[in-house]
Amino acid sequence: MEIKNAIAGTLESGDILIQIAPASESGLHIDLESTVAYQFGAQIKKVITETLTSLGVDTAEVKATDKGALDCTIRARVTAAAVRATGKDVWAD
Amino acid sequence: MMFVPGNNPAMMQDAFIYGPDSIMLDLEDSVTMAEKDTARLLVHHALKTIDYGNTEMVVRINPLNTPYGKKDIEAVVKAGVHVIRMPKTETAEEVVEVEREIERVERELGCVGRTQIMAAIESTLGVVNAYAIATASKRMMGIALGAEDYSANLKTQRSPEGMELLLARQTIVVAARAAGIDALDTVYSNLNDMDTFRKEVELIKQLGFDGKSIINPRQIEVVNEVFAPKEKEIQKSLTILAAIKEAEQRGSGVIAVNGKMVDRPVVIRAQRTIDLAIASGIINKEDI
Repeated sequence: MEIKNAIAGTLESGDILIQIAPASESGLHIDLESTVAYQFGAQIKKVITETLTSLGVDTAEVKATDKGALDCTIRARVTAAAVRATGKDVWAD
Repeated sequence: MMFVPGNNPAMMQDAFIYGPDSIMLDLEDSVTMAEKDTARLLVHHALKTIDYGNTEMVVRINPLNTPYGKKDIEAVVKAGVHVIRMPKTETAEEVVEVEREIERVERELGCVGRTQIMAAIESTLGVVNAYAIATASKRMMGIALGAEDYSANLKTQRSPEGMELLLARQTIVVAARAAGIDALDTVYSNLNDMDTFRKEVELIKQLGFDGKSIINPRQIEVVNEVFAPKEKEIQKSLTILAAIKEAEQRGSGVIAVNGKMVDRPVVIRAQRTIDLAIASGIINKEDI
């Protein structure tokens, strides 16, 4: 799926900033920055990967800056960034 | 009903801790046009994931005549919202249109009739049409006053006494009572003036409103204090309800309590007092 640069989220407490860009190599390349990376890094990456895969995005550079977001917030922000990157909405028009 | 911006994840996840009766996640005025898409997704996933316990969950959607309204309805109905709050409602037809959209999504999900509607009345035309709006759908559970837009439409501004809102408030309460649904008052935005806020809550309770919209957890305690029935009222109401129950068992229609005749309006008021006492956590339903 063709994607362009896109961003969603904020750097406020309880939120996560997701930046998506086209990747030169296939696969999802996730660069995670989080104060809780040691405890929850694997879980955050898993939620990002699952969300993007379910939306048909399997190749992208993803930069995630986490400020203690819940899984539901991560899903929402990743979906928003993916929708902006692909131009394909998840809701009917 | 506590207003929470739909684009603030931290506030959305913490709101229920303060114990409001209902939480209204906002997709309308508190969200900029550039963030409508992300706020919709945040609200959808929050509703699906966060356990809000017994708190009634409401979402204020964007109007259907914007590019956002239909998508808002789809997102929140799919997430199982209890109530959709329509902003700036002026006619019964607008309610019917929202109902049609809700039903379309509910049919897909196989849960027709699950979602209720509340309409905010925020203009002079809306006030004139209050009863028609209140009875436009069997999903209607309440109507609410939105005083900022209403005052602007009236070509005046809000005062601490709220004289300019009196007709709208009374019209909304009368329309809600006639329709058998709830009436909810507008927000009070000055968090540094709790005395005027308390006076406003006392006024709207006296007018007959069921509750008040709030914008900060600090306002919850005042609303609960004003609306919670006093101990003496509760005892009197319990006595009346017990006497009525006993009279019914005896097959007697008319009773007197402490020398005063108890007729239907007295019983209805007593029941409302007890309902409020239960809702305020002062007494337990099981203890009655």
